[in-house]
Amino acid sequence: MIADTSSLAAEVRGNASLEEPANIVLEAQHITKELGRGAGKVRALKGVSLSLRAGELTLLMGPSGSGKTTLLSILGCILTPSEGRLAIAGHPTEGLSPEALAELRRQHIGFIFQSYNLFPTLTAEENVRVALDVRGKRGSEAVVAAQRALHRVGLRHKLKSYPANMSGGEQQRVAVARALAGSPSVMLADEPTAALDSENGLAVMQLLSEIAKDKSRAVLAVTHDPRTVPFANRVLRIEDGVIVGEERRTEGVETIHELARNRKRKANA
Amino acid sequence: MTFTLAFRNLFHDRVRLGVTLVGILFSIVLVAVQLGLYLGARSMIISMIDRANGDLWVMAYGTKNFEEAQPINTRDRYAALSTPGVANAVPIVASFTDWRKPTGGSTLVVVIGTDNEDGGLSPWNVVEGDVTGLGARDAVMIDKTYLAELGVKKIGDTAEVGASRVRVSGLTEGIRSFTVTPYVFTTISRARTLIDMPPDKITYALVRLQPGADVETVRNAIQAKVPDSEVLTTAEFRTRSLNHWLFATGAGVALIGGAVLGLLVGTVIVAQTLYSSTKDHLNEFATLRALGSSSGYIHRVILMQAALSAVLGYVLGMSIAMAVVYLSENTALPIMMTPGLAALLLALTIGMCAISALSAIGKVMRIDPAMVFNR
Repeated sequence: MIADTSSLAAEVRGNASLEEPANIVLEAQHITKELGRGAGKVRALKGVSLSLRAGELTLLMGPSGSGKTTLLSILGCILTPSEGRLAIAGHPTEGLSPEALAELRRQHIGFIFQSYNLFPTLTAEENVRVALDVRGKRGSEAVVAAQRALHRVGLRHKLKSYPANMSGGEQQRVAVARALAGSPSVMLADEPTAALDSENGLAVMQLLSEIAKDKSRAVLAVTHDPRTVPFANRVLRIEDGVIVGEERRTEGVETIHELARNRKRKANA
Repeated sequence: MTFTLAFRNLFHDRVRLGVTLVGILFSIVLVAVQLGLYLGARSMIISMIDRANGDLWVMAYGTKNFEEAQPINTRDRYAALSTPGVANAVPIVASFTDWRKPTGGSTLVVVIGTDNEDGGLSPWNVVEGDVTGLGARDAVMIDKTYLAELGVKKIGDTAEVGASRVRVSGLTEGIRSFTVTPYVFTTISRARTLIDMPPDKITYALVRLQPGADVETVRNAIQAKVPDSEVLTTAEFRTRSLNHWLFATGAGVALIGGAVLGLLVGTVIVAQTLYSSTKDHLNEFATLRALGSSSGYIHRVILMQAALSAVLGYVLGMSIAMAVVYLSENTALPIMMTPGLAALLLALTIGMCAISALSAIGKVMRIDPAMVFNR
């Protein structure tokens, strides 16, 4: 389904009868962002509206320079929009100070970065604990929560490993555990598979799609990797700072095993 | 986790940590030596005044310090004695003169004449001989530190002061002069002979008050009786001596200036290394910011790094400073280390590191958290 930006918000509101409004954990309306100054000023986003629903993995796809990362930064309360409105878990972000935005990120947002952004001097468990420490969760409670998050991403055996001693896929899974440990309402992933080989990339996408099944959490991943599409519930396409398309995947989300099976079947045919 | 992060950031780059610690160490040793010298000098300047344990000092008008005083008339002492509230007024004689070594040559000394039975300024820290021995013919007491300078080796050795012979009857330890001029203790009458002072003259009348007497009232009463002399309280005489030697001569300013310089150098070195460490870990701080950490959380990490550097640097610096203090113990100008100075140095080190952390904090505050996406 193709939708222009101006009609998207209305569409989201129009679909409220189909989907519980309470499921919307992030809503952006008419987001505009200008970067640079004077003659170098660029309009990176031109009135983007979108909403993220809990229990869904949404992909934001588009070519380089289309505004994907700028939009992700705004949705993650790292950048503030030049115009437009944003609400995270029902909290409007308009007019909030940098400290208040940090508080909002702390309470409701989890990040996964393309380059993992792990602390090289900390072990996997400590990397996760940092995210909990920032949220004021300390002591044995934090250790248990960090270990639980690492178990969930399949790194039970790597608790005391340093990033330098882990593969890229393992590092990205630590980053996922770190984002997961804070129980955020929204998880935002910036090119989570870009630095990984095919196998590890698909494993991370599988992990994200499982995390997105949690009915209290929405996951948005910025990507230009078409192999990630089968894991998504919804795909948004952005070009030149405008959302140019939305595809709701009706055939259902595939697991990594189904994906491998289907590929084999196609190859044999 | 702030401690773990700070600790790991610090120890991650051992070379940089080494540079930081050397900077702090250098700064602490320099400040400790300068302030220790200042304390040592201060202690030597006021040691005679404090040791005399008097309430008021009657002296020649305009006297700047204990060693350099003109004589006053003994009448002034009697005037003090006749003042209500005065318990006693002990005569003290003090003056520079030449000590002729038995081995040849001479050196300047300060002869201090006082009678032990008057409760005057008797030598203390006596390690060989006895104060009562000063009553013997030609007897003087000197400090062990100056044996070589005075050309004598032990009790019983003789020398000449003025036109008279003196014999070492006892040795003290640690009675040293700021001017590096040895003190020579003897009786008041012998001192008068040695420095050629008439019997109707003294240098000081050390006044002790009766219990309950008001210092100011008594001082004013004595001053009214001796208009050509000056009456100072012990505190005033102490301050005047310190001001003369430490500030009028510039010696104290040089010592304090050296300490300030040490602090500045230390601050710059620590600031530089903390700043470059923070710069190297900028992406991690940006990640912390993106994860939603407050500014305070990041400040705590940086300040913790500074505090860890301070404590490590302090321990190393103080170890070296204590060795220097130990080595200077028997020199003419010993460096003093007191618990107060040690505490002050710790506070200065922590303060220096905290100030150094400001540049790093400033750098972190300018981080654009969006850089986490651009890496």
